[in-house]
Amino acid sequence: MKKAELRFTGSGGQGVILATIILAEAAYEDKKQVAQCQSYGPEARGGLCKAECIIDESPIAYTKVGQPTLLLSLTQASLNKYVNDVQEDAIILADASIEVPEEVKAAHKVYSLPILSSAIEVIGNPMSANIISVGAVNEILQLTTQESLEAAVLNHIPKGTEELNLKALHLGAELARG
Amino acid sequence: MTKRFQLLQGNEACVEGALAAGMKFYAGYPITPSTEIAERSAIRLPQVGGKFIQMEDEIAGIAAALGASVAGLKSMTATSGPGFSLKQENIGYASIAEIPIVIVDVQRSGPSTGLPTSPSQGDYMQAKWGTHGDHPVIAIAPSSVQECYNETVRAFNLAEEFRVPVIFLMDEIIGHLREGCELIPSEELEIIDRGDHNISGMTYAVGEGNYVPEFAAFGEGEHYNITGLFHDDGGFPTNDNHKAYSQGRRLLDKITMNQDAIEKWEETDIEDAEVVIVCYGGTARAASGALEKAKEIEGFPKVGMFRPVTVWPFPEKEMMKISEKCKHIIMAEHNDGQMLMEVQRAVKGNVPVSFVGKIDGTTITPDDILAAIREVYEDAK
Repeated sequence: MKKAELRFTGSGGQGVILATIILAEAAYEDKKQVAQCQSYGPEARGGLCKAECIIDESPIAYTKVGQPTLLLSLTQASLNKYVNDVQEDAIILADASIEVPEEVKAAHKVYSLPILSSAIEVIGNPMSANIISVGAVNEILQLTTQESLEAAVLNHIPKGTEELNLKALHLGAELARG
Repeated sequence: MTKRFQLLQGNEACVEGALAAGMKFYAGYPITPSTEIAERSAIRLPQVGGKFIQMEDEIAGIAAALGASVAGLKSMTATSGPGFSLKQENIGYASIAEIPIVIVDVQRSGPSTGLPTSPSQGDYMQAKWGTHGDHPVIAIAPSSVQECYNETVRAFNLAEEFRVPVIFLMDEIIGHLREGCELIPSEELEIIDRGDHNISGMTYAVGEGNYVPEFAAFGEGEHYNITGLFHDDGGFPTNDNHKAYSQGRRLLDKITMNQDAIEKWEETDIEDAEVVIVCYGGTARAASGALEKAKEIEGFPKVGMFRPVTVWPFPEKEMMKISEKCKHIIMAEHNDGQMLMEVQRAVKGNVPVSFVGKIDGTTITPDDILAAIREVYEDAK
């Protein structure tokens, strides 16, 4: 497996930090090497939010992501800010409401998926957008086993929301399959 | 049953390590970026029959932890720069009264309230010299989440063995990093407990060839006096210069005479290295990244890394040895040159020592270190 360097971006409160924690935990459960960190500070609520996760087969020396192999953006502002600082063959995963510049589409494999609208319309909870994203990212990159991923999701959500979140996880994978 | 392998933040692993070492008391005042240590201690200590108290301020935090330690409980407090400044007086008190305690400082950019959420290593000198007077201190700087666990255990062991304050000198980079961590159970670790042997009326007396008194916890057995003044073997204040020298010398000798057992470092590719990067804590991850990259660059000099894990006392003999073999040393740390001074002192001008540092709240990257190596290399040509 190629070293995966993920950068999840969005607006504070959308749960992009938790999304990277879930992926890191699932991959660690699968005996992969992982490192996860996040933007931290007053900007983490409401403003631009960034979280990173590295998954690799061999030990991870430097724990920060320089240029990601996958960028997830859940807001236009976060895509605008981070889209030009990615690896040459990076995958871009953006919510369908985001306008992705033509030159980005030409240079990268771009997935434009209705993450935010599906969270409201299909799952019935806007807070599930991050779990939908986790499902989509794992479907695209095949980072972790489904079993570990589901266990990691269940480990980080409030009691009583298990069914809803697993549904969101599966929906994300479906959206990515197209 | 605690899960043996967990994805944890450095701050969380520190608490788990403390519990494995036998921590039963935590008092503190939450401060960014160390707050998760207080939060997890508050949850975990009651689960193991321990006590957590959020105090009214930083000074009360360390004072309460010292009190609990005097009463026999393994105690810890955690803070960041502004709180570390406030705790200094009581660190001196712990040194002279010989009270074991672990003080965690998750460093952030200073001075003063500085950049609360930005990483730094600006408290390196303060960890040794923050409190006044010549005094014994041990400081340990972890570079991974696993080390936050293992080295917190060692911090408690050293505090107990030598009855000194041990500074666990973390930084925001490692404190908030999440990595896999093996929570090695206490039964599989070496756990050291302080002595508890009272000599009647001679609390602070030590045996021939020994440097550490073995008095029992306060309240167990006979009463004794504890003071921040120089004191006689009974613990009572004295102005006698001979007694003051004898006590002061012994306090310092506790560390210097046992330095080999306290020192700990990691060396990577050091044998035939032309350039050696010296680093500690979170900076070591950028240096490791630079080492990986350097191997792939054609015509690049051979680069090694020397990483003190025990950062006080500074491993000067080993640093000297390294300087006899390499051609250049580069010190990398998140400040304006603090361990740099120790390195320069230790190598006695054997090789040039250059510096990579940051004080703007951003972090040193592998590329920053590669640029420094390139500069050294160009100069050498």
